[in-house]
Amino acid sequence: MFYGVDLTSRLMLGTAQYPSPAVLLEAIEASGAEIITVSLRREGAAGTAFRNILSESRCRLLPNTAGCHTAREAVTTARMAREVFGTSWIKLEVIGHADTLQPDPFALVEAARVLCAEGFEVFPYTTEDLIVGEKLLEAGCKVLMPWGAPIGSGQGLRNPEGLRTMRAHFTGVPLVVDAGIGAPSQAAQAMEMGLDAILLNTAVAKAVDPATMARAFGRAIQAGRDAFEAGLMPRRDMACASTPVFGLAELA
Amino acid sequence: MRIDLNGEIVRTQALTLADLLIEQGFEAPCVATALNGDFIARSMRDATRLDDGMKVEVLSPMQGG
Repeated sequence: MFYGVDLTSRLMLGTAQYPSPAVLLEAIEASGAEIITVSLRREGAAGTAFRNILSESRCRLLPNTAGCHTAREAVTTARMAREVFGTSWIKLEVIGHADTLQPDPFALVEAARVLCAEGFEVFPYTTEDLIVGEKLLEAGCKVLMPWGAPIGSGQGLRNPEGLRTMRAHFTGVPLVVDAGIGAPSQAAQAMEMGLDAILLNTAVAKAVDPATMARAFGRAIQAGRDAFEAGLMPRRDMACASTPVFGLAELA
Repeated sequence: MRIDLNGEIVRTQALTLADLLIEQGFEAPCVATALNGDFIARSMRDATRLDDGMKVEVLSPMQGG
């Protein structure tokens, strides 16, 4: 599904903002996720504890470049992450605006070109813009990660029609909805539309019971995928009786 | 000499990036380093000399979304 790696779960889980390391581990386990996202920061008090969690979780790591606002910062962060985490995978984020945390598509494409040329396997956090998507693929990306809504907002799919168009346009390219998912139903909606996976963090980490919410997301994503594969019925404007009219008694 | 280490000004006797990590108590195999905004690979730390006023970032694996 991603750069030659096949996965069972279509949920990728962020590791930030959990009430404790133990709750984080429970949530990863309950979600069924096989990929977790991580970052690089100046080491705080919890650094060693976190390294232990990474080895315990047995998940594949997807380091991010969160907080970078220029291509240069993102490229440096990616190079640092490759060395520390021992993976060429990088979730490429280049933030363009402090309030919406929306990607800067120009800097994103610039950074993607540099990193793909250096052998990175880039997961770009982008918008639903088709032309930006094309440029990212030209740069060498083999996955696109359109946003659902601003990071941490829990608004769900702000532009479902845009994502539907993206799905139709990029046949065969894995598409991951990254950011803005607040509820399992929203994740299921994206999966029913044929998007390939969901990356989320806050909706699980900030739930009252993160492990149970993680399980709910895992199931909703599976349900949405099954529905997509099964083929949804066409929507109609008018009613259409499901019970046969033939053989109806005359009782009037 | 004085350098900017993770946003704080520190005085150091270290002449190379590798020496600085030891002097400041970092677990060298577990961190990634950058000098003035550019990545410095582990294998280059010995050969990377420090100068007064340089900006060093030493980063570790942390939680992320």
